[in-house]
Order: sequence, then structure tokens, then C-alpha cells
Amino acid sequence: MEITTQEFKHCDLISVKGRVDSATAPQFSKALETANDNGRFKLALELSELEYMSSAGFRALLAAQRNCKRYNRGEVVLVRVPDRIREALELAGFTELFKTFDDSVTAVGSF
Amino acid sequence: MPDHTFPAKFEFLDEIREQVANVARTNGFSEKAIYSLQLAADEAASNIIEHAYEGISDGTLFMSCTMNGDSIVITMRDHGTPFNPAEVREPNLKADLSERQIGGLGVYLMRKLMDTVTYKTSNSGNVLTMTKKRE
Repeated sequence: MEITTQEFKHCDLISVKGRVDSATAPQFSKALETANDNGRFKLALELSELEYMSSAGFRALLAAQRNCKRYNRGEVVLVRVPDRIREALELAGFTELFKTFDDSVTAVGSF
Repeated sequence: MPDHTFPAKFEFLDEIREQVANVARTNGFSEKAIYSLQLAADEAASNIIEHAYEGISDGTLFMSCTMNGDSIVITMRDHGTPFNPAEVREPNLKADLSERQIGGLGVYLMRKLMDTVTYKTSNSGNVLTMTKKRE
């Protein structure tokens, strides 16, 4: 798994590549927590190169969404979610908890 | 295919998913089905590592992945604390963000992704068997 963060004025664009499972989810969580620690609560997660995500990754997404939305200070949105991962998120009932975008420009512009 | 033995550590989930994908691909499962099988196997193995072997660093997980007619059969055995997926409550997928529970989601996904999930426990260990028919 590889995570790259790009800071924009109104939000952070965080690209996640590779596989998020129980082994790598702690690193994924940490990246999201680091953004929060830096006072960044508007996060767009770019997932086009994400190959795989298990419920360990979903758990990290849920924790991040809760933390970002607290006090209305922000939100986590998902960008270019690959089909297989979108299907698993739907199965888990997660798609209604996250706005999704088809391109990062629109996602960044939404904040 | 004989049993594969893995140290019960998250670092081996990649190999577990790879084994399942190899058998499924060889036997003509679609890429969509292969992803589902990998996810179910990952969730099953993750639960064994996290719950059955909680606090145990040298546990062992045995997996076999075979075909029975048109169905793939994934079997996982462990010698940890019995963890019966049937006893895990189904998560409320309609709950809003603040009330959403993540516990039980792995088991829920296993049940949804596979045709059958059965669990047996005995003196010789715990056996989880999951099957899915090729479409």
C-alpha cells in the first residue's frame, strides 16, 4: 500500500494505492489521523489505483468519517472507486455514508 | 490441493488471497467472483488471527482450497479459541454514521459473498468451511 497526500487550500487529496487489509489498515488509519492532527478534516480519497480493501479498511474509513464530520468541520469523500471495491462497500452498506466523485477535480472543488 | 500452512499473522493475508485466486482462476471463476472469494477468505483468516489467536503470536492457520464439482471449497483450520461466525450478530447496515458498528462486518461479508459458511469445533481444532458455486 502506498499513500500520497496533496494539500489544497480547502482540502487534502489523499491517493491510496495497492491493498488495504488487516496488515496495512493501521498505516492507512495513521495517514488519515495525521491529516486530522494537522487540522485537516476535509479529505478526498483518490482510490483509482486501490486494488483491494477488506473490512479492516472499511473500519478505518468509518473512524475517519466520524472524526472529520464532528462539529461539522469536514467530511471524507471518495473519488474514482474501482468497481469491485464499490460493490463491497455497497454490500457493507457504506455507500450512503460517503459521497463519491468520478474525478478528483470535482471532488476537490466540492469543498 | 494439499493444505497450506500459514503463520497466523496478518502479513500472510496476501498469500492466502493469492492461493484462493490461483485455484479460482484455474477453475474458470470470473474476476468478480475471484475478488469475492479473496475477500471472504481474507475476512475468515483475519477473524482467526484476531480472535481465535488473540494474544497468541505463534498460532498456525491451515487452509485448503479445492473444487467439489462446480463449487470451490475453502476450508480453514485453527487451534485457537473457538470463534463461531454464526454467533456474531448481524450489523445494522441502516444505522447512521454515529451509531454504525463495524464489529461483525467481516462475518457479514463472508455470509453475503459465499453460498455456505459452516463452522465446527472439536478437540482437534476449529474448522470453517465456505463454498461458492461457479456461475
